[in-house]
Amino acid sequence: MAFLMHFFAVYGNLVNFIGINALMALGLYVTLSAGQLSLGNAAFAGIGGYTAGILTMQFHAPYILSITSGAMLSGIVAVLIGLPVLRLRGVFLAMATLSFGEVVRIAAVNLTITGGAQGLVGIPNKTTTGLIFTVLALTGYFMAKLRQSRIGWSFESIREDEAAAASLGVNTTFYKTVAFTIGAIISGLAGGMYAHLNFIISPGEFGFSAAVQLLIYNIVGGTRIWYGPLLGATLLTALPEVLRGIGVTAGPIRMCVNGIILLLVILFLPNGLISLLSRSSSIAGPRP
Amino acid sequence: MSLLLQQLVNGLFIGSVYGLFAVGYTLVFGVLDILNMAHATVFTLGGLVALWLVEGSGMSIWAAFPLAVLFSGLLGLVLDRVAFAPLRQRSDTYFSGLISSIAMAIIFESAALGLFGAHTVRFPPNTIKTDIWRIEGVTITSLQVEIVLVALILMGALSLFLHRTRTGKAIRAVAESERTARLLGIHVDGIIASTFFVSSALGGAAGILFGLYFDALSPDMGRSIELKGLAVIVLGGMGSIPGAILGGLTFGLSEVLTVAVTGKSNLRDAVAFTVLFAVLLLRPEGLLGRRRAREV
Repeated sequence: MAFLMHFFAVYGNLVNFIGINALMALGLYVTLSAGQLSLGNAAFAGIGGYTAGILTMQFHAPYILSITSGAMLSGIVAVLIGLPVLRLRGVFLAMATLSFGEVVRIAAVNLTITGGAQGLVGIPNKTTTGLIFTVLALTGYFMAKLRQSRIGWSFESIREDEAAAASLGVNTTFYKTVAFTIGAIISGLAGGMYAHLNFIISPGEFGFSAAVQLLIYNIVGGTRIWYGPLLGATLLTALPEVLRGIGVTAGPIRMCVNGIILLLVILFLPNGLISLLSRSSSIAGPRP
Repeated sequence: MSLLLQQLVNGLFIGSVYGLFAVGYTLVFGVLDILNMAHATVFTLGGLVALWLVEGSGMSIWAAFPLAVLFSGLLGLVLDRVAFAPLRQRSDTYFSGLISSIAMAIIFESAALGLFGAHTVRFPPNTIKTDIWRIEGVTITSLQVEIVLVALILMGALSLFLHRTRTGKAIRAVAESERTARLLGIHVDGIIASTFFVSSALGGAAGILFGLYFDALSPDMGRSIELKGLAVIVLGGMGSIPGAILGGLTFGLSEVLTVAVTGKSNLRDAVAFTVLFAVLLLRPEGLLGRRRAREV
């Protein structure tokens, strides 16, 4: 017990950020599980984070109301953006979501209510470790259930072959929008919780690099099953601490290790590190 | 009026650098249908290596330029060999290629950080002798003219290369259909490698010109142009070389005009990405691209 207390005193923050990053990674995972490559999920986290932060600071809203409102607003924006954007495929969808993300970031830089380039400062610290992991566990449970549902199978069929899915009567536009929106709600929720953990949020945290980071968590962990992104987010968030532990402190080397891990995974383990742990055929099957 | 004219001229100068960057970007997309996210880091490394040659060995910029461009081209070969060639037979190659190029971008950027440090560096004074001309109230420097000329010459050379040489024609054949090109006896892997060489060499050249123009180089300078480059090639039509040049110029002009009209430099990028978003939704084939049945 004493050991646990000590561990938490030193690494409590790291544990919290692992939870938040895992939740954000799950947000992107839902969208990826329907075969849609989105680079806008960091922006959804930003919408959730800013909404929650503004509600708490300016309107003294209760914490739970703030973060759920942030998540809901992210979801609403996702429906509005998703309907036109999800007609695009592959790289074009990635670019459209990317430019959406940049517009959101630039809006945050230029608006007064978001605090401009400096961001929102002094958001009360209300997110607890217990809450983070409760939400994460519930989201994980939801993912597991979703996978076996009609919606989950529709996502899977769109991912495998969109044209074939459509010809079999799957309403692809509807399900793609659902996947995009669920992903945005989870990302928005994670963003709101992050805002109430970090004291400060700024536009740069929700830009292109953040979106790519979420993609990296998913790829490194594996996108065939919902706990893949959890593994990826955990490993890569903890990696800097591990490297520090073995004496590597130089920023460029840490960055390089990140890049090499991603490269090795995509070259040799296209289904992510999770495919090493599990021999189940449903995970280790070939990608479409 | 002369202020507006000055902005237009500045827009053309920076637009030509964007165009040069985007031409290499779009070339790889046109041939492989893959977005090479490491292109911007080659741009950065090209600029930094040119600076290193000028500063370290006291070389003239006119000698350092071709050497750094050659180095950038070699980086392109590395990219192809490490990140793209192993994935070529995979069915999700556009997706895995995108990811592996992101990995290479991280590795290249960390190399730039490790070798050159995180701070902003600049070319030594008098790297290029600069004359300043004033015409009708518009200020133009000889450096700006040289940058535009170099960019135009390189873009012209690329277009001659693609249309007049055997390799260039083979590149276009592979872009049209890899399978048919293979049937015609074209050594496809070699052609793709040379595409990467040419593309990265142009990206590196754009990096050097960019560094000279703004008189500042840093390991993360590729980040801003990466997204602009994307906007440019979408605007011009993915894979279209004239589209990329036109897109680059349009983009350069729209940037300076946004600042001139709104007076806020922050909004510069907002207009760009709104345009990108709108083009993707309304005319995904871009200004000069061809409509394709498959947009994957």
